[in-house]
Amino acid sequence: MRIINPLIAVLVLVVVALVAAQVPGGQALVGIILPYLAFAVFLGGVVYRVVYWASSPVPFRIPTTCGQANSLPWIKQNKLDCPSTKAGVIGRMLLEVFLFRSLFRNTKAEMHEGPKLVYGSSKFLWLFAILFHYCFLVIVLRHMRLFMDPIPAFVAALEFGDGFMQIGTPVFYQTDAIFLGALAFLFLRRITLTNIRYISLPADYFPLFLIMGIGITGILMRYFLRVDVVAIKQLALGLATLSPTITGQIGAIFFVHVFLVCALLIYFPFSKLMHMAGVFMSPTRNMINNNRMVRHINPWNDPKIKPHSYASYEDEFREFMVGADIPVEKELPAQPAGEEAAKAAE
Amino acid sequence: MYGKGRIIPALILFLGLMTSPMWYKSGDAGKMPKPEKPKDYTECVAPAQYMRTSHMVLLNQWRDDILREDGARIGKTANGTEYVRSLQNGCMKCHSDKKKFCDTCHSYASVKPYCWDCHLQPKEAM
Repeated sequence: MRIINPLIAVLVLVVVALVAAQVPGGQALVGIILPYLAFAVFLGGVVYRVVYWASSPVPFRIPTTCGQANSLPWIKQNKLDCPSTKAGVIGRMLLEVFLFRSLFRNTKAEMHEGPKLVYGSSKFLWLFAILFHYCFLVIVLRHMRLFMDPIPAFVAALEFGDGFMQIGTPVFYQTDAIFLGALAFLFLRRITLTNIRYISLPADYFPLFLIMGIGITGILMRYFLRVDVVAIKQLALGLATLSPTITGQIGAIFFVHVFLVCALLIYFPFSKLMHMAGVFMSPTRNMINNNRMVRHINPWNDPKIKPHSYASYEDEFREFMVGADIPVEKELPAQPAGEEAAKAAE
Repeated sequence: MYGKGRIIPALILFLGLMTSPMWYKSGDAGKMPKPEKPKDYTECVAPAQYMRTSHMVLLNQWRDDILREDGARIGKTANGTEYVRSLQNGCMKCHSDKKKFCDTCHSYASVKPYCWDCHLQPKEAM
């Protein structure tokens, strides 16, 4: 059920889009109103989530230390895995964001006969994750040819590189195949590895199916069903310049593609896909491990409350402490005899 | 909110990047490319909508059919007019001006077909 339900949800989205593309006014709804709505939800949602996260104080330095911390001068520090400087943290974050370093450390545990537990490195998750993410980036950037006029040089360069093999017409983009292949791996990994399947939820399968749906409809649209690109660019450019119009015949497959993309944009801020922003904000990665070098003050401390040392505490309550037979470090001062006599007289 | 000094600029950068097609000085969206239609001919080898979406497939079919499988050079339109199945001798016979026909849509949609890697470009487009 955890796999079937998200699949059904995506199929329902496809059917809704197919119906909407045929109904009068449906094309404007899916092609114009929904993209604006989805884009607004996406931007607003991401900002909301980031601000929400940022409103949680992180009073303690909690970086995951994956190597030797800064210590005595003759002990070699692992500057990237346990950074004690800002430069180290920046290096760590760059490697994490651009090269997915933490996935590279992925390990697997296997039980062999004996019984013998064996740990080994497992790089496939890293490999397919990085292929997937970079292909997705290239694909999104390539789409800028539809939203920008004149087309920026880097978009044209990306398209040229991506279609470098000059297979068929319209020319075949390598990223399309790698993208779907990597997605298939990420999906198969969840259903074939029993321990991964056990912890996989609908929220893991749904984005996979949704992104697969987007990829498949895009590939169908480009290579198999084919649509009027000029009419689509007019619509996309119209969306970007706030004057959208739908003219000409655009195939229904385009509206399915757009509908799924809108669903992804709306789903994005409220799902695990927010790791896009989260990777920058995870305190276990972006904090400097300098607990013992710098004094970190809890941000919610009330500045009106001054530090209260034990010595001053005892000064304040010495009389009561002595009265209750609690040992004190400094005895009560011996009181002058005259005063004592006066007290006794009272 | 904590870490305002870093998070607010980062959010502004994110929003700016995401909405960059809106700030980008895109031309008039209503300005569609208008490929020049031939004056002397009214009928193409296939319906206009098919040609719009799939002319590249047709060209590839012709190539495979004629050069690799010894297919016929001459085709017939729906109305029975004969035409040469060829880019330079067929298509370009009516759509003679590459700049005013092919290039209008291709440059609008950033498509760089590699037809002209082998075929000779018409002189005026060089």
